[in-house]
Amino acid sequence: MNSVSDTAIQRDRLGRKRAAALDRAAAVSPTRNVPPDRIVALLEAVIDAGDRLCIEGNNQKQADFLARALVQTDPQRVRGLHLVQSVLALPEHVDIIERGQVDRIDFSFSGPQAARLARLVESGQIAIGAIHTYLELFARYFVDLTPNVALIAAQAADREGNLYTGANTEDTPVIVEATAFKGGIVIAQVNEIVDKLPRVDIPADWINFHVLAPTPHYVEPLFTRDPAIITETQVLTAMIAIKGLYAEYGIRRLNHGIGFDTAAIELLLPTYGEELGLRGKICTHWALNPHPTLIPAIEAGWVESVHCFGSEVGMENYVAARPDIFFIGADGSMRSNRAMSQAAGHYACDLFIGSTLQIDLQGNSSTATKGRIAGFGGAPNMGADARGRRHASPTWLKAGAEGRAPGAMPRGQKLVVQTVETFREQMAPTFVEKLDAWDLAEASGMDLPPVMIYGDDLTHVITEEGIANLLLCRTPAEREQALRGVAGYTPVGLARDRQAVENLRDRGVIRRAEDLGIDKRRATRDLLAARNIKDLVHASDGLYDPPQKFRNW
Amino acid sequence: MEHMSLSFPAPTASGDDASKARAAAVICGVVASGNLEVLVEAGDDPAFCDIVVNTSAEGFGDIWRAVLRDFAARHAVGGLTLSINDVGATPAVVSLRLDQAFESFRSAS
Repeated sequence: MNSVSDTAIQRDRLGRKRAAALDRAAAVSPTRNVPPDRIVALLEAVIDAGDRLCIEGNNQKQADFLARALVQTDPQRVRGLHLVQSVLALPEHVDIIERGQVDRIDFSFSGPQAARLARLVESGQIAIGAIHTYLELFARYFVDLTPNVALIAAQAADREGNLYTGANTEDTPVIVEATAFKGGIVIAQVNEIVDKLPRVDIPADWINFHVLAPTPHYVEPLFTRDPAIITETQVLTAMIAIKGLYAEYGIRRLNHGIGFDTAAIELLLPTYGEELGLRGKICTHWALNPHPTLIPAIEAGWVESVHCFGSEVGMENYVAARPDIFFIGADGSMRSNRAMSQAAGHYACDLFIGSTLQIDLQGNSSTATKGRIAGFGGAPNMGADARGRRHASPTWLKAGAEGRAPGAMPRGQKLVVQTVETFREQMAPTFVEKLDAWDLAEASGMDLPPVMIYGDDLTHVITEEGIANLLLCRTPAEREQALRGVAGYTPVGLARDRQAVENLRDRGVIRRAEDLGIDKRRATRDLLAARNIKDLVHASDGLYDPPQKFRNW
Repeated sequence: MEHMSLSFPAPTASGDDASKARAAAVICGVVASGNLEVLVEAGDDPAFCDIVVNTSAEGFGDIWRAVLRDFAARHAVGGLTLSINDVGATPAVVSLRLDQAFESFRSAS
């Protein structure tokens, strides 16, 4: 039986751990404003061997200065770490593993480092707990993966240590909340220290230290799609999507992926959508980053509301000028929030539409390929039916009715759609008998093949050959033929049962452009509301300020 | 460069279209966009469409045959000869361009 004092010590285990770390830190930096040249020593002082560590970063902003500092720490002192973070995107995120300082990682996305990560896993140098979706990882921060130390990025701190995260608030609130309230230590890198912040996004008493980074934190312009690169095939599939799906279901609340296929849809709203009389009837409310390609639709009065996961480089002034559309603080700048927008995308949107690299005969899709461990970030949160949803909308009810046998309990369903060209570059077929995800799972010892969107969540597939409505398929065999029937000249498409596909077409399960009354001659780039980046700048009245790499003037 | 000379059964072209093709070879569609151009001329047999393909991508003969067979079955192109110069377009682009090219050929006066 424990004595009273043992129990008290036990009760405050985390508090004592934090107090000890702060004592050691005081010897390095007596103030919470840490001199930049003391940051490596500070990390060595506060990080215990075996700690769970979160280096903030997403596919947008990155706590890059702190990541660079971490790889300079003494591997004898800072070791046995368990990384629990959204992305492994910077070289330093993987360098720290190669330096032998990390035992285990739990994450969501590793795009740019996917090949290096696969090599480390295959050679047994690192164990992956799991590859999560964003919401799932954030949820585990509050259950069993709470960070002991979080290294975050903010735009500015004031003298007290309050933080302004502004338009690129992104993942910061969820990371800080989990860490600060469960005995952890939060260190923020900031681009500037000011007397008065535009607004307080994170209060000072949730933060232990801030450091002025020598260079502003990196932000990737990930959601900028140059209209000049949109192909006529993408224009055609966008026409099919708008007429055969958006109009058909009256889709008002939605989320788009980041590909050119969906950028084409955004750019066709003010032209083709307007012709079809759809303004106000579709695409009014969005969970979406500030896509530059949405500017023409916003300016043409299509959009009522957009909530953002993050911001987008160059869109700050345009977004700030549209507080009627975006979520703007009293200071006049946007606040994004990835966790909130992911929840909005999951529960409050009637449609997710995105693209993928491979779709199999059951409709499972994945961007995983052998030799690359990339994860899927947030797509699976949006690209899944929300089984906990209870509110109805006409769109959700129509999809639910199509997908259910007569007499079943009435229930809605989310539209989850993949829009793809049947072949990708180098003539790689998008439709396959077996996903590469199976090989990757085997080579990397994963519990499951990494599937981005499961076939039983997928409701429609759109290709240049038409649209397949999987809700109307009554048997697995029908479903397979519906997929083959839009798979074009891929081996999967060529192996279709032509009669079965014609029968599905008669039933409206498959609809071709001609079935929808779409004149293919009009599928040209002339139909795009903006044909290049400069057109987007004009559409924004000069408020959109594209990054240099997108300027050719 | 791969060269293919193919022939497919096709619904016979309308009299107007046949005489248009006899009068002059017509380059149609979207030549300027770069990766595929189509030349329409008069052919010999009104029940067949002859198609000549010059493509920069090698080893996709089976896919070309499937794309062109479906195109010939879909449109009244019997009695016409099509010449296609391709610089690596995907089957999706080839199908779309051919459909667009033939529709603009038909509607040209």
